[in-house]
Amino acid sequence: MLTLRCPACGVMADETELAPGGEAHLTREGPGSTDEAFEAYLFLRKNPRGVHFERWRHAMGCGKWFHAARCTVTLEVFGTYPAQTSGPPEEILAAIEARRPGWQG
Amino acid sequence: MSEVTVTRMAPGGMITLRGDPAEVGAAAAGVTRAEVPGPLTITGDGVRGLGWMAPDELLILLPADEVAEALERLGADLDGVHHLAVDVSDARSRFALEGRGVRDIVQKLTPADLSEAAFPVGCLRRTRLAQVAGAIWMAEESRIEAICFRSVTDYVETLLRTAAEAGPPGFHAPL
Ligand SMILES: [Zn+2]
Repeated sequence: MLTLRCPACGVMADETELAPGGEAHLTREGPGSTDEAFEAYLFLRKNPRGVHFERWRHAMGCGKWFHAARCTVTLEVFGTYPAQTSGPPEEILAAIEARRPGWQG
Repeated sequence: MSEVTVTRMAPGGMITLRGDPAEVGAAAAGVTRAEVPGPLTITGDGVRGLGWMAPDELLILLPADEVAEALERLGADLDGVHHLAVDVSDARSRFALEGRGVRDIVQKLTPADLSEAAFPVGCLRRTRLAQVAGAIWMAEESRIEAICFRSVTDYVETLLRTAAEAGPPGFHAPL
């Protein structure tokens, strides 16, 4: 069972209190973007084997959106962080690097 | 027979107040005479109180006949402050569970940790009660109160009664 700490209220939230929001840090393509970029924004996801950044909502709790960094293979949680960011913070990247050296390569 | 009783409480007054707690907290305290609650807590005497629902949301509990006046007072006190105050009295139902092993009874229905360490008296959690959203708080050592949306009142009442009937399984040390 997946358990994530909600950074908004501090609760250790069970998976069944949460609603998944898919891959995080997408660039929202809109009018003026190419058809390819818009299609990619709507439909194409990384679906990696390993480190993954995700959006979650504490739906049956404080109701807030937040981010989580997880491993899709082992389901290890590297950390959670607030929604108000367009990329993972340094401490999350450091936590991942400690557990998965060279993961970005 | 279970030692935990389930009571559907008489309708009371509830106001949802959204805004920055630093800006709206004092006004909420003014209409309830309860302290501004910290995260995951509830304050007050059970009749008038303030529950922490989210980083930008307080639940004001008060007698039903005080709601209109409280809304007027909040509007005046928070004039010019970015906020939202709405009467949600009729949107929710409230229950009280009381008796030995009450933590165990509610623990059957929620993934929230209801151990004494994680859920002491005065603690409030919004969580899941089986299939629906609800909020629960530890009102006294052997008393948990719960609110849910009015549309699922019968479902939640049946849940609570069924859980209480079968007795405590022993998740937590009985009080
Ligand atoms: Zn939360």
